[in-house]
Amino acid sequence: MNSELRDLYQEVIVDHSKRPRNFRKLASGHSAEGYNPLCGDRVTVYVDAANDIVRDVSFEGCGCAISTASASVMTEVVKGKSRSEARKLFDTFHAMVTKGPQAIEGRDVGKLGVFAGVSEFPSRVKCAVLAWHTFEAALKGEDAVPVSTE
Amino acid sequence: MRSVRLRPGGGPTTTVFDVEKVREDFPILEQEIHGHPLVYLDNAASAQKPRQVIDAVARFDATDYSNVHRGVHSLSERATAAFERSRETIRRFLNAAEEREIIFVRGTTEAINLVTQTYGRSVLGFGDDIVISSMEHHSNIVPWQMLCHERGANLRVIPMNDDGELLLDEYEKLLGPHTKLVALVHVSNALGTVNPVATMIEMAHRHGIPVLLDGAQAVPHLGVDVRSLDCDFYAFSGHKLFGPSGIGVLYGKAELLQKMPPYQGGGEMIAAVTFEKTFFKDIPHKFEAGTPNITGTVGLGAAIDYVASVGIERSALYEHELLVYATERVQEIPEIRLIGTAKNKISVLSFVIDGVHAHDVGTILDRHGVAVRVGHHCAQPVMQRFKVPATVRASFAFYNTKEEVDALVDGIHKVIEVFS
Repeated sequence: MNSELRDLYQEVIVDHSKRPRNFRKLASGHSAEGYNPLCGDRVTVYVDAANDIVRDVSFEGCGCAISTASASVMTEVVKGKSRSEARKLFDTFHAMVTKGPQAIEGRDVGKLGVFAGVSEFPSRVKCAVLAWHTFEAALKGEDAVPVSTE
Repeated sequence: MRSVRLRPGGGPTTTVFDVEKVREDFPILEQEIHGHPLVYLDNAASAQKPRQVIDAVARFDATDYSNVHRGVHSLSERATAAFERSRETIRRFLNAAEEREIIFVRGTTEAINLVTQTYGRSVLGFGDDIVISSMEHHSNIVPWQMLCHERGANLRVIPMNDDGELLLDEYEKLLGPHTKLVALVHVSNALGTVNPVATMIEMAHRHGIPVLLDGAQAVPHLGVDVRSLDCDFYAFSGHKLFGPSGIGVLYGKAELLQKMPPYQGGGEMIAAVTFEKTFFKDIPHKFEAGTPNITGTVGLGAAIDYVASVGIERSALYEHELLVYATERVQEIPEIRLIGTAKNKISVLSFVIDGVHAHDVGTILDRHGVAVRVGHHCAQPVMQRFKVPATVRASFAFYNTKEEVDALVDGIHKVIEVFS
């Protein structure tokens, strides 16, 4: 298999796509729905935030390996962060998957680094950012507005 | 050795389809993608163009191009002659009775919208029905749905079985005095099913209901004879028939077209204009407002000539061989479920791989040089019917080979490896 494919479908990504973490509803807090009309991927992100802290976050939905893994890893990394920290993480993630890892040199992305290979696949960027856009909408309390990556 | 010997119907006739020779006509196929030979299996989305089309378009633009039906100068006369020659080529291709029954449009979508906005608007009232099938492309759902909402009319849908075949008993029940039109896909883009359109037209006509056929996926694979089918409207696109995009055709029976109001207003479609009143031209020009896609019509004419030179009956037999081979090979893989297993199919193979989303399949196949379509194929109700979010679709043209089927199968094994 070529190295770009190996970078894209890393073990961590395949694992998260098959066994997504925090794949459930939340009893309290806000939720938002994300939809990618191009491929039909759907995700609902639930956020419980209080006193500026993301206390809990989870998701449900149906999508490709990249979008499912991205949602799953996202729920892990934003939990316990402040709103502004979570937004900053999204900015960094977005720059990494759209412009490539060199665009975020020096910044610590932690676990999110497994998605660096997405930048080699422009048609798959939308899959990687769908859950993050939806998370942002849920954080703002925009329950009613469906998020679209189009 | 890629030429295949075919014995149609097991009879004594032997045809040889020289696929190597056909491939030489398609310059785009001679390239590598990510270090692998390109295997183009996305023909149902858009087919590639032979040198004959590319050259005809370039020659026309370089020597004969001008606006049509307007000038008295030589170039305008030459361009008009080439433009109208394409109309005659298409008439012959569809075996329509008259050239004026051939209307140039942008594609199948515009053809259907034209019928919706003219015929549909003239006949559809509150409580009336339009009948479509459960395997329509969005382009044969959305225009009718919009009109039905506007008029308080109903969109009735012919159901299908698990193989992707329409249920004719159910169809019969939908036909009645309130049915104003049946709009039906000739060949399904998502499933490959060839619908029994001749029978279905006859059934509709018994109730006096006209029938529109969406022929986008049919014309590259089947010989279409609008008079023997007795369809009232037939729509198709150039780009699926090895021609340019942005050009397509609406065939309509002259008696119907004449009664219909114009589609768009503008130049070309008028006989005389004052600020009080406009007199429209006769068909087909009544439906062709504005400067058309002149070069596109020349390219479409060249594409039809090319398909005729290959021979649609011979290419259809060859494509059937490919479909049978691909179906067998793909079914060897236990993780695969085929979506669309109708008895009568063209060379489309739609499938899902257990535990792997279609988009991941598409990305991995692409890195092995194999181009397939993944997603809902603009037929979301078909996906809902088969309870899948998306499928992988490999669609074959007469320039594809058994070796390319093998490359697809090898690629699928790579996909399964990644996710195992």
